[in-house]
Amino acid sequence: MNFTPAGEPTRPLDQPRLDLAVITEMVAPGARVLDVGCGDGSLLQLLAQKKGVDGRGVELSQRGVNECVAKGLSVIQGDADTDLCDYPDDGFDYVILSQTLQATRRPRAALANMLRIGRRAIVSFPNFGYWRVRAQLSLTGRMPVTGHLRYRWHDTPNIHLCTIRDFVELVDELGAHIERGAALDRAGAPIRFNAPWWVWNLFGEQAVFLLERGGKRA
Amino acid sequence: MSIVSEARPACGEGLAPKTVVFDPDRPLLTDGGGRIAPLAIAYETYGALNAARSNAILLCHALTGDQYAAGVHPVTGKSGWWDAMVGPGKPFDTDRYFLICSNVVGGCMGTTGPSSTNPATGNPYGLDFPVVTIRDMVRAQAMLIDQLGIETLFCVAGGSMGGMQVLQWAASYPKRVFSAMPIATAAKHSAQNIALHEVGRQAVMADPDWRSGRYQEQGVRPEKGLAVARMSAHITYLSEAALQRKFGRKLQDRSAPTFSFDADFQVENYLRYQGLAFVERFDANSYLFVTRACDYFDLAADYGGSLAMAFKDIKTRFCVVSFTSDWLYPTSDSRAIVHALNAGGASVSFVEIESDKGHDAFLLHEPMFIATTRGFLDSAAAARGLAAHGNSK
Repeated sequence: MNFTPAGEPTRPLDQPRLDLAVITEMVAPGARVLDVGCGDGSLLQLLAQKKGVDGRGVELSQRGVNECVAKGLSVIQGDADTDLCDYPDDGFDYVILSQTLQATRRPRAALANMLRIGRRAIVSFPNFGYWRVRAQLSLTGRMPVTGHLRYRWHDTPNIHLCTIRDFVELVDELGAHIERGAALDRAGAPIRFNAPWWVWNLFGEQAVFLLERGGKRA
Repeated sequence: MSIVSEARPACGEGLAPKTVVFDPDRPLLTDGGGRIAPLAIAYETYGALNAARSNAILLCHALTGDQYAAGVHPVTGKSGWWDAMVGPGKPFDTDRYFLICSNVVGGCMGTTGPSSTNPATGNPYGLDFPVVTIRDMVRAQAMLIDQLGIETLFCVAGGSMGGMQVLQWAASYPKRVFSAMPIATAAKHSAQNIALHEVGRQAVMADPDWRSGRYQEQGVRPEKGLAVARMSAHITYLSEAALQRKFGRKLQDRSAPTFSFDADFQVENYLRYQGLAFVERFDANSYLFVTRACDYFDLAADYGGSLAMAFKDIKTRFCVVSFTSDWLYPTSDSRAIVHALNAGGASVSFVEIESDKGHDAFLLHEPMFIATTRGFLDSAAAARGLAAHGNSK
């Protein structure tokens, strides 16, 4: 028999992930973590090894879920757009959405749900404000295809791309507080120096943010 | 209480028939207000219990299954119902775990059921046997587990009606269940499930040899009715794709239709064979009772209508499994269980296995299902502090 998988992973399972180490560093040891769009479980495994977290995952693709469960991870098949509403308030310390926000149908609702389920949320995403992206669009007049945005416009799962500035604005609208942020350069290393947003927005190929639920802002 | 070994014919290597009999001072009081005493529970075990008594797994059989999960079945001579999953080096590894499987109360393979003798009359119970529920089956299993001196089960696993028992175990005895695998199952029977069971029961009752359930005393058996019940049920265990792949419109031992009501088509012949084979090993009244137990199953109803309340603050690790082509207990049923477990804060994994083999897929060799089960049990064993087995086969 030949079967076609019900759905391909929302992110490639074989691609090395440069943002995972940065995310892991942001998580407190022993925390309860929900990884939404957990792919093959690499981040959950890393978090278990480095931080001893109690981790759970949600993954859309059957292939990803099966790989996770075969590794002994607690992962359920689900959709960030439709299934987060089933989770109770404050069920987790951190809810992580890595490289998945841009593939959701309703990013704002997903982010709001994350900050309801956990007091903290960690979000990583490709920065559409990255200078190479801007250059491709402005100089060639075509939709950009880069190392992190590998798909052509008609077959991309990335339907809600944003820039770092756009994301910061959304966080503001949701009344959440940015505890930490990191822009990653082309090699995947965090941009260490203090720089205004526009610099990060220009030179960061990806961004990772640690958010805290609103009410704490000065 | 006493443990007796019934004098039965030898039934293959390592398959000594085992039965626990609970004396009338330890009756099983049923949800329906009935009282079953004495209660015999026939069971099988595979592998060895470790010194800490921490490696026991209870396997819960489905509607027409029995305690013979692995090895050679003493009645049919075929492999046990979960031979694909139970054995040395298999996911339910007999080199590593102590596996227990008992025949459900109401069954017909040694555990007290409608064909057992009613102590009040000296005749078979027949329909005087109390209507039992899934919870009654689990209560009886708990009595057996107590008798075996096991406090906490490392895992309770089963598919279909066995999966209902798994859910009931977790809800009734959460602290006694370290991990749980409800497979191809539901937290309640749907209208379609009840309807299909009713067709089977009416087929049994329509057989003139059923004799209002008194066929044993009258020396007859309602074989035709039971066979029809099995034929119709068997279709629900498969999928359209599987039937088409296996049989299509192929003819049975002939090159042209006979224009009669013979079994011209292979699928007819196959179903007739399934019906005939079934009546040789199963009791008609038991079929009525076990199908009824499934129909009455609605776990949420016992918890104010909220399935999440059934699993509130449970520490058990769950792995819920469904199969894409299972239309008897479809994936949506499993998702409802997963949502309730999530809402209750439980540790839960959920996998939908791609298969065109229908409901029966959980009994067959499905590599992804095997990998999932192995991964789940390995991680649970690590959490339980069970040593990895030395000589992996």
